[in-house]
Amino acid sequence: MGADFSTRAHDALNNPQLRANFRRAMDGLMTKRAAQFEDQDNWNALRARGAAIKARALARLPDLLEEFEQKASANGIIVHWAETTEDANRMVLEILNSHGAKKVIKGKSMVSEEMHLNAHLEAHGIRAVESDLGEYIIQLAGEAPSHIVMPCIHKNKGEIAQLFTDNIDNQPYTEDVDALTAAARQVLRREFASADAGLSGANFLVAETGSLVLIENEGNGRLSTTLPPLHIAVAGIEKLVEKLDDVAPLLALLPRSATGQAITTYVNMISSPRKPGEKDGPRQVHLVLLDNGRSRVYADEQLRDTLRCIRCGACMNHCPVYSRVGGHTYGSVYPGPIGKILTPQLAGLDCAGDLPHASTLCNACVEVCPVQIPIADILVRLRTEAAEPSASTAVKGAGSGHSAVESAVWKGWQAMYANPAAYKIGTKALSVLGNLIPAAAPLLKQWTSVRTKPKFAGKTLHQLAREKGYDNE
Amino acid sequence: MSSARANILARLRAAPKVPAPERPDWQAQGFNDRLDRFRMMLEAVHGEVHVVTDETWRAHLRKVLAEKNIGRVLAAPHLGVDWDDQVAYDSPVEDFKDQLVSGIDACVTTTRGAIAETGSLVLVPDSDEPRLSSLLPPIHVALLKAEDIADNMAQIMEAQGWAASMPTNLLLISGPSKTADIEQTLAYGVHGPKELIVLVLQ
Ligand code: SF4
Repeated sequence: MGADFSTRAHDALNNPQLRANFRRAMDGLMTKRAAQFEDQDNWNALRARGAAIKARALARLPDLLEEFEQKASANGIIVHWAETTEDANRMVLEILNSHGAKKVIKGKSMVSEEMHLNAHLEAHGIRAVESDLGEYIIQLAGEAPSHIVMPCIHKNKGEIAQLFTDNIDNQPYTEDVDALTAAARQVLRREFASADAGLSGANFLVAETGSLVLIENEGNGRLSTTLPPLHIAVAGIEKLVEKLDDVAPLLALLPRSATGQAITTYVNMISSPRKPGEKDGPRQVHLVLLDNGRSRVYADEQLRDTLRCIRCGACMNHCPVYSRVGGHTYGSVYPGPIGKILTPQLAGLDCAGDLPHASTLCNACVEVCPVQIPIADILVRLRTEAAEPSASTAVKGAGSGHSAVESAVWKGWQAMYANPAAYKIGTKALSVLGNLIPAAAPLLKQWTSVRTKPKFAGKTLHQLAREKGYDNE
Repeated sequence: MSSARANILARLRAAPKVPAPERPDWQAQGFNDRLDRFRMMLEAVHGEVHVVTDETWRAHLRKVLAEKNIGRVLAAPHLGVDWDDQVAYDSPVEDFKDQLVSGIDACVTTTRGAIAETGSLVLVPDSDEPRLSSLLPPIHVALLKAEDIADNMAQIMEAQGWAASMPTNLLLISGPSKTADIEQTLAYGVHGPKELIVLVLQ
């Protein structure tokens, strides 16, 4: 894998297997989603509601976090706050160590990926076992998720069959999906039964009731949060919603946008650890609230919209770039359009500055986003911030893409356009000298590497117009 | 109070304030025949719906269990399930785990209601029917009173007053456990039950 997006994209585009796997998967997901939202009026009303719910929760975020903490604590859930992923990892490790836990079973959690939690735990002698089938498969393969909803979407049956034969005792090679699923069930049942703790994410945190809402199809999320004696959840601070009844419209949006399902098989609402007299459920429930740059993003009114995301993945399913290059090409935990705006903001434009450019600005993501995030506008804003930083302090690494020459060229361009005499001289000069600039000139080189350098016309537009008899400049 | 908490809240509070937008109107669907919709939605995701009555459900359940060659059944004793090889979840999971994880073929639970729009059951596990009952056995049989089927989630939440007293765990279950992680091909029973059978009492 190359070091930057364009090198990796080049490799991915030349991998026919990968392209076929993604094409098939994305086509299927787009068709299923479209069938769910045939009634355009209802879709528009619903997404307006969804967007408003999240915008409202963000507008009241500090209050809601406090309300949530107070309610959840009163119910017996222990709430922790982490400013960075390092802090969050340390907290999770401390909780596990204080319980003498050696094995953690994990439900699917993108925030735990953001934390690189598994590696941290392994480094401290704790085994973390992924239990979502897709996550389990990529854990066997030693890979990262390539899609936020379907982590192993880049793999086909044959590759998975081989992984199972190589890693599971007495597992014969089979491409039968039922047989593969049954094999995973068996292995993971044993892991569940012997795990010391369960770890999960959360889709929504309800301030009104102090509840965690988790959705899933497999039941591994329910198992992770119920069978082991200890449950630790990790969630971004933007997961808050104000009221329990806000969950209904969001649930009407999320699974339908993600996989075209009317609802996921399980909606699991957790409001407390095991109470006296109850026979199962963890005896302790911890929630680690992760900031990791979110509160910085929050400081900017436009960029704040990024935090409305409910992680449905629809933007990637519909993205002409993502569907061709796949998730790993982005080199970040969150790929696709949401990754292109979220990663550079969390990690900094200095670390992920190429991502905002990995887009055609076609707007497909904006059209399908269930919470109306203006992804394209934010991409343009981030491109601008990289080159010419604004006064906003919300963008880490702003200005890291600044080039003195490029900046001078644009300033010159600006000056020329503002002054008729300069414009006249400038365009004249370009029509004469422009074609002498070599395509491989610095700055131009990158642009012309995939495009033919345009030819400057011999006459300027003004000259042509005058010749046609238009005299009113 | 931790400094992380104080720092995060301080940063959020220092950010420009924007007015909290009102939530625009949106109406979830209603249905003339809720049972019909519930059945259609649940069957579409591989669930089974059998309509029975207060008098017939035990005999019907017995027939279903026999047809499926079920051995051991997990059920709360007060349900009066007519099946010889029957156990109750009457000790904490720590003492019951081995049996629960691999020794039970089917479980029978009650429900708090259902949602027609999405074909979802509402379960509130309690000490008679703890959380893992509806999850670990390969077959889940759920008893549902027809009059408890609501149009949509918003309606049942409001009617049952969920927000005022959330239980330890509240579940919506819409079909058997499933996955499409391998090449978008559906497979059932990946972690939870492979089959979900709803007996609707009319
Ligand atoms: S940005 Fe919108 S479409 Fe993309 S994952 Fe988030 S909510 Fe879904």
